Amino acid sequence: MDKVITALALAVILTGCTSTPPLYYYGDYNNAVYSYFKGGEVTVQEQIQALETTIEKAAARQQHIAPGVHAQLGMLYFETGNADRGTAELSREKQLFPESAQYIDFLLTTRQGGTS
Amino acid sequence: MNRLKQGVVMFIAFALSACASQQATYDDSAFKQSDPASILILPPVNNTPEIIAPYSVMAQAATPLAESGFYVFPVGLVDQTFKNNGLTVAQDIQAVPVAKLQEIFGADAALYITIERYGTSYVVVSSETRVTLSASLVDLQNGQQIWQGTATASSAENQANVNNSLVGLLIQAAVSQVFETVTDRGFDISALATSRLLSAKNKQGLRYGPRSPEYRQEEAQHGQ
Repeated sequence: MDKVITALALAVILTGCTSTPPLYYYGDYNNAVYSYFKGGEVTVQEQIQALETTIEKAAARQQHIAPGVHAQLGMLYFETGNADRGTAELSREKQLFPESAQYIDFLLTTRQGGTS
Repeated sequence: MNRLKQGVVMFIAFALSACASQQATYDDSAFKQSDPASILILPPVNNTPEIIAPYSVMAQAATPLAESGFYVFPVGLVDQTFKNNGLTVAQDIQAVPVAKLQEIFGADAALYITIERYGTSYVVVSSETRVTLSASLVDLQNGQQIWQGTATASSAENQANVNNSLVGLLIQAAVSQVFETVTDRGFDISALATSRLLSAKNKQGLRYGPRSPEYRQEEAQHGQ
């Protein structure tokens, strides 16, 4: 009986309140998206730089990059006319998150990655 | 020995009550049957005079969904796709047939958000920033609603609590200098409101999705 109670207590301690670490690294992603929507206050070039830095930091911390970061970056590259980098970033999103495949393929085939 | 046993039992009771959420849960059978892996956040309908409210809510809603284990479609790109197809009004977008959304995005489910309240009001002397959201999640295969909820977050609720929650939410989102002029209190409170509304950590929120280590853990534990 004592052993059961002790085991239970240990189980509670070990599993009860553990705060799980975040699944992804977001860095400036939310800020970049917000500023993209608001427009004007932060240049596209600055948004690109912020997302590139976010991706570098995720790698340095060995954390997974959040879904959407590569896709947002790809769209910004398309907006600056850099279709090669735009395509590469959209493809990276698809590679990391196969759930996005149908949408990314739609974007790449209809060339709607940016303002085109 | 008996005292020790009592102590241990009391400790277990304490530990359980400390961890358990006090909220009631909801009938999640429709959600579990649908079992979505990917979620498309549609531009929110804005019932407030604040034109930036949908931007703020859309930008913050992805995080609690991703952290709950779902693939979240890139909100900036999704918004742009609708614009490229002549859809600029949230009401029109939320009226697009689910089959069409499924065809373009290949998403399992779509999140329909309505912003009921957003922004700062001055109540006699102190100001309050409040965000109130309602939302429903719809299975894009059959158009069935599989979850719905509402949540409010306010800067005026126990200030220490809000700040603690915000610190938790923003801990990895330390604002870079370039964005200092862009972010605002409403944006911060939106992070809290969307997390409260959607996070699977919340009993009223979604259930965990396939990308979370918590996915289906609840049933596994109950099954023992």
